[in-house]
Amino acid sequence: MKVLLSWLKEYVDIDVTVPELEEKFFGAGFEVEETKYLGEGISNVVVGQVTAMEHYEGTHLEICTMDLGEHGKDVIILTGADNVFVGAKVPAAMVGAVLPGGFKIKERKMLEKMSYGMLCAGEELGIAGWYPGDEVNGILILPDDAPVGANIVDVLGLDDYIFDISITANRPDCQCILGLAREVAAFLGKPLKHPDLSYTMTEVKNDDIKVYDEAYDLCPRFLGHYIYDVKHFESPLWMKQRLASCDMKAIDAVVDITNYVLLEIGQPMHAYDLATLNGSTVYPRRARDKEMITTLDGKERELTSENLVICDAKEPIGLAGIMGGLDSEITEKTTEIVLEAAKFVRDNVRRSCRSLGVHTDAAGRFEKGVDEYSVETGMKRCLNLVETLGVAKISSTAFDCSGGASTEERKISVSADRVNKVLGITVPTADMECILKALGFGVEVSGDNMEITVPRYREDVSHYQDIAEEIIREYGYDHITPRFIESAKVTNGGLSPAQQRENAVRDLLCDRGLFEISTMAMYSPADLDALFIPQDAPERNYISILNPITENLSIVRPMLVPSMLNIIINNIKAEHAGGRFFELAPVYIPKGLPVSEYPDEPDHLCIGLYGPDEDFYSLKAVVDSIADAYGLDFSYERAEVSYLHPGRSAALICNGHRIGTLGQLRYEIVDSFAIAEGKKADAKVFLAELDYTLLARQFAPAIRFTPLSDKESRVRDISLLVDTDTQVGDMIASVKKISKLAKEVNLADIYCHEKLGAGKKSVTLSIRFATADHSVTDEEADGARDKVVKKLSEEYGAVARV
Amino acid sequence: MRDFNELKKQFETQLELSDTSEKLGEFWQAFLGKNGAISGLMKEMKDLSKEEKKEFGRIANEVRTWAQEKYAKRQEAIQRFELELRYKKEAVDVTVPSKDVQVGNLHPITLIRREMINVFAGMGFEVLRTPEIEDEDHNFTLLNVLKDHPARDMQDTFWVSDDYVLRTHTTGGDIHVMKNKKPPIKALNPGRTFRSDSDATHSPMFSQMDILVVDKGINLCDLQGMLDEFVKQIFNKDVKTRLRPSYFPFTEPSVEVDVSCVNCGGKGCSLCKNTGWIEILGGGILNKVVLENCGIDPDEYSALAAGIGVERIAMLKYGIKNMGQLFENDIDFLKQFRA
Repeated sequence: MKVLLSWLKEYVDIDVTVPELEEKFFGAGFEVEETKYLGEGISNVVVGQVTAMEHYEGTHLEICTMDLGEHGKDVIILTGADNVFVGAKVPAAMVGAVLPGGFKIKERKMLEKMSYGMLCAGEELGIAGWYPGDEVNGILILPDDAPVGANIVDVLGLDDYIFDISITANRPDCQCILGLAREVAAFLGKPLKHPDLSYTMTEVKNDDIKVYDEAYDLCPRFLGHYIYDVKHFESPLWMKQRLASCDMKAIDAVVDITNYVLLEIGQPMHAYDLATLNGSTVYPRRARDKEMITTLDGKERELTSENLVICDAKEPIGLAGIMGGLDSEITEKTTEIVLEAAKFVRDNVRRSCRSLGVHTDAAGRFEKGVDEYSVETGMKRCLNLVETLGVAKISSTAFDCSGGASTEERKISVSADRVNKVLGITVPTADMECILKALGFGVEVSGDNMEITVPRYREDVSHYQDIAEEIIREYGYDHITPRFIESAKVTNGGLSPAQQRENAVRDLLCDRGLFEISTMAMYSPADLDALFIPQDAPERNYISILNPITENLSIVRPMLVPSMLNIIINNIKAEHAGGRFFELAPVYIPKGLPVSEYPDEPDHLCIGLYGPDEDFYSLKAVVDSIADAYGLDFSYERAEVSYLHPGRSAALICNGHRIGTLGQLRYEIVDSFAIAEGKKADAKVFLAELDYTLLARQFAPAIRFTPLSDKESRVRDISLLVDTDTQVGDMIASVKKISKLAKEVNLADIYCHEKLGAGKKSVTLSIRFATADHSVTDEEADGARDKVVKKLSEEYGAVARV
Repeated sequence: MRDFNELKKQFETQLELSDTSEKLGEFWQAFLGKNGAISGLMKEMKDLSKEEKKEFGRIANEVRTWAQEKYAKRQEAIQRFELELRYKKEAVDVTVPSKDVQVGNLHPITLIRREMINVFAGMGFEVLRTPEIEDEDHNFTLLNVLKDHPARDMQDTFWVSDDYVLRTHTTGGDIHVMKNKKPPIKALNPGRTFRSDSDATHSPMFSQMDILVVDKGINLCDLQGMLDEFVKQIFNKDVKTRLRPSYFPFTEPSVEVDVSCVNCGGKGCSLCKNTGWIEILGGGILNKVVLENCGIDPDEYSALAAGIGVERIAMLKYGIKNMGQLFENDIDFLKQFRA
């Protein structure tokens, strides 16, 4: 919120420096985001009066003779502007002057003539867009009463500051000059000067006017006041300047007053041209379903009974608190006005704004919350200004429609001890009383108890914790003395075994040369298309974001591979020759759509490898390292996966559960990414996606030691010639089935050579024969081996090699 | 009598010539082997008289002992020499880069998260996981962020249905914790959070860690004391905290917590915009309304809650300027986080 220092000073004496004031604001919970000195960078610019002018023949220049008061008479300054005239008072930058941006003025030759300074436009003084008259293309013409020779900073009111202060959502009462002045008064310990709310009403009445309220639930307070004999003129400079400092354009005195009251008191006001009100009536009611209204912006809108409208006797003339109608606007012809000050329920204003897709300053103010106190104060201040500026006469026809909300101030009873218990320190009760009173609260202390009267503009204060906050922000957070959780000192903390194991799995993968990555949990349905995920696949049952910021992040991911693939592609494009990555993160599986209960969020583990040294088996080795580290038994079977190489893709099985899939990414998918030729050659990408949550359930709950066997075992190797498409995994499984003695079967070697015959390979398995009840003899081991060879030969058409 | 001196001289000459293990082996065969010159001496004794035999035998034994000692010394010297030769020959260029050795590392967010968890685990906090897709009640309403309250605008929310959102903070998880546990509670609630916001310091997805303590007599001094300890362990022992008033609907009083600038120590620099302080988290004393919503009696218990942005801490600690880099996962970026 923009705050002009001089405006603030109207309501409280400020005797501290600007940095001190900022610090105080900060300490009280109001962060000053930006401070701007209006006269920043301006020096040696004074009011000058043009005493004579001569056109510089053959140029566009005027030679002005200037009276600069005490700074010199008959000073020659050339200007190219064409709006200067003899007698005009203008800002004159003298030789040695500095303008915003560090621009220094020197005497200089313009063609053949010397110029001893520069006449300034508004923009050159850094006041473009807010000082009255600065929009003129040319030199800023000053008012006739501007004293010649005076410092321009003073004359233009630039010796002032604008603060941009952020106001937290719980303090709508501080969204105006008066509210902040109240805070300043409290923290500086100065009295608040109340705004002048006095005005006189004439005897004139207009009994035709009807103002009432048909929707107290949405408009608990609705004030109307009739003013007449309206005059139209420009607002005085001080008002224009203050409006401009808050980025509001001056229009016409009567309209400016309503805007001024909004900024000063925080109350949105509305002025209706009585001549346009059918039946001289104005009142709020719920709109009827499908009722239409044309708003100020010229748009026709369809309403529902959830919208509040302001109506005349015939039809809606405005969206309450949001935007007026096209016809009731104040024009130069307006002579009679009904002024409105109202409290509209903020929730309803918000909902209407959202459903109708409109947003205005007034609506923003109502959404933050307007209190009943400011409704009254706003109307009074508005009438006071109407009278002071002589804009109109104030009739005694006035209306106050109230839903019956108490105009009494709320009382709460709080013990000082309770406040101190929240803070953890002891603030003397006398200090509490002092602080609360300075903030406008009423306090009656009896012993430890405080009977507190809450000001009507503090709708956010309702219990002891709110009072504790008021006290500590004024008393100062530096009084808090840190202590180390005195209670709750002893609790059982630390990571659960499952959390520790998850950490260990991450560490294991790092040790295997993988880098952990962290990616967005959102991507696009197109990312699934790119992987040829079938329309009927479970992954297509994803959760969409109803209001995504971009289509690229429009669904919550049902699988990790697309995220991983993106990272790999980016690394390939960045010319990294190879990379190994993993991510352990949840995927989101809805129980139904649209989401109406908590979705499942199982953790998945995604592994991605690429580069010249990687192949299917290097991927499998990474996956197997988990089994190896945690004593699990992984088996693999061929699997069809839409995005994987059909000959190099597998499902991982553990304890009968399908844990996930792994394999090489299809070439056409790699090709679909725009990777420059030359980087693409080795772009073989290997991916695994495992259900980590399911895998974690397979981990043994505890380590159990098995006594070492004192029985001897025997190792025998067998070599078999089989067809190349025979799966070694199947052979190993068969060995274990054939012989109960086969405790361990390891692959010793796979050998392919043309001399073995086309389509043949030699597989050497190393088998350890052992049993718990006796030592295996050589004869036994040989017998078992022979049986294995015989059965495998039958099963796989294998030929034993010697 | 046999000229033993001649034999010894021959032995010494030959031994001198045997300068490799191989030659030494041959030498051994020639002199000390079964049929060697020295071993064979005993055969020469058969024609001698008893007296002579005795004398010959004594000398032959002396010669053999002498020869064996000489041989052993020679053998040891040659072995030592050959070993040295082998070492010389096998010398490698130790500066050649090693092959096939690459160890990865954790992502910086995981690193920082672990560090933060370690600090709080040491204080007796347990670590809990709560849903990332959250219902409106837990994300907002039960936290005293009522429907159509302007505070809902403070966080730009991704909606996935009429009642469910991608959680905008981990604070909603505190509600789950408080509903399911009895005080005293010390819980950490880390995880992904989402807001529709994207620039150099905001990402639509980021990580938060909520800190929750519920017990009798918890107050603002506990909050600052706990956070003091946290920042000292995460940054360094000279870092201080500062509380200043703020507003969250679920805490009252609400505070922003600043730390003295970790870059300049509070003197003022570009990182802290010359203020000497950096905002790192928000928190406060849980609003009694929130405790009541979880079935906890505010007359008996009070609670503190604070939410820390994990990326923010990572960026401060590691000096990362652009939050987006954390999610780009370029390998050159990832490689830098080794500790």
